Amino acid sequence: MKNKADVVIIGGGVNGCGLAYNLAKKDMDVVVFERDYLTSGATGACGAGIRQQWSTRENTLLAIDSVKIFEKLSKELGEDIDLRHGGYLIAIHDDKEMKQAEKNVEMQRSLGLKVDILKPQEINDVVPILDVKGMNVIGATFCPTDGHANPFKTTFAYANAAKKKGATIYTHTEVVGIKTQKKQVKEVITKKGVVKTNFVINAAGVWSKDIAEMVGIMVPNVPIRKEIMVTERLEPMFEAMVISFKDGIYFSQQKEGQIIGGIPIPEQKAGYKTMPTVSFMQHMARVLTRYAPVLEHVNMLRHWTGFYDVTPDARPILGETMDLKGFIHCHGFSGHGFMLSPMVCKLLSDFIVDGKKSEVLRSLSLERFKGKRIEHEMSVVG
Amino acid sequence: MKNKAIVCRCEDITLEDVEKAIDEGYTDLEELRKKLRIGMGPCQGRVCIQIIMKILERKTGKKVSKKDLPSSRPPIIPVSLGTLASDKK
Repeated sequence: MKNKADVVIIGGGVNGCGLAYNLAKKDMDVVVFERDYLTSGATGACGAGIRQQWSTRENTLLAIDSVKIFEKLSKELGEDIDLRHGGYLIAIHDDKEMKQAEKNVEMQRSLGLKVDILKPQEINDVVPILDVKGMNVIGATFCPTDGHANPFKTTFAYANAAKKKGATIYTHTEVVGIKTQKKQVKEVITKKGVVKTNFVINAAGVWSKDIAEMVGIMVPNVPIRKEIMVTERLEPMFEAMVISFKDGIYFSQQKEGQIIGGIPIPEQKAGYKTMPTVSFMQHMARVLTRYAPVLEHVNMLRHWTGFYDVTPDARPILGETMDLKGFIHCHGFSGHGFMLSPMVCKLLSDFIVDGKKSEVLRSLSLERFKGKRIEHEMSVVG
Repeated sequence: MKNKAIVCRCEDITLEDVEKAIDEGYTDLEELRKKLRIGMGPCQGRVCIQIIMKILERKTGKKVSKKDLPSSRPPIIPVSLGTLASDKK
């Protein structure tokens, strides 16, 4: 095993591999440690959506810039990531949601995003299979440049491109400790060996909390278990991701034809338990067939669990903290790590290589939780 | 078509596809599954996973243990959404 590196990344999900690529591209000597296999955490369990419609400015900016990178990524990495711009249709159920939607759309448009508020009768123009009455909506927002990409393909493409540029990726290699000296990161200790380094990036998803504790940093993240299902393959019927904050449901049809979707269940608790539940299957089937009765005869093939690494304001924790140099946070994505990854990886690698600290990085640092008022991201689903 | 041996019937994956992916470095059963979608179709891996395991063992010379097998996921056999939704709440 290598015994020194410019940067060590902990976590082989889309952010870990994306960071490896971005840093290797800037001629940094990078090592990635993944304790299981690539995409074994939240990346491999995620719903594949890419959304730019957020309530906070930071998330919207990150997402808009991420989509611009996603658009060039297949070409840049030399492997197809199956990006599709099918849009996101967000259901609006009542006046309160409409007010929030109007506020969000105004902010999103001010940042240059094309997004519209649809009347109920316009919803079927976007997703023909929806039953507008069953959905019980008074409208919807729609952004046509939102969409999907394949999280496995994206992560593997990042990893392969990173390796071509000299990065080394060790899977099945667990990090067990991090040595610091005079408030500076010095070494990363794994079960298979030790690597000297001045930078460690904590991109371990829901296990980031454990990694941060290794250097005595407490992070406020909570692992929330989520369930998601997939149906058999069908003829193409709709392109948009349909979501509702009120019902918590999200679903879309993937490139291969299968419908993927999830919904929270009332008995959902924090923790690392991964057993899927019957109540999820029933609840998901009920709400999905209420939204799209035509799916009644479609078979569910499989359902599985994954985790949201949730922070108190549902926004990621990024960058360095003042008390420890070289320890870079990249976690707390609260269910949105895949869609935000292109820009997050770029901003963090710019910071590590050039010392550039953008406005977004400053506002998403761990230190924000010490302040009195935090702005909560309202647009969370699933 | 003559030399095409299908190993995953749900997703139309051939022996050649699997061997190529292993040569490219996807030597983990889970990574192979996520790269090729083997075991993600209606059979849920009942037909293909054992075959893929053998190919992987032959190519890498390493034994694939039972704990490396992908988890079985409910509902085990395909069940219609209508059936799942029918039990009134």
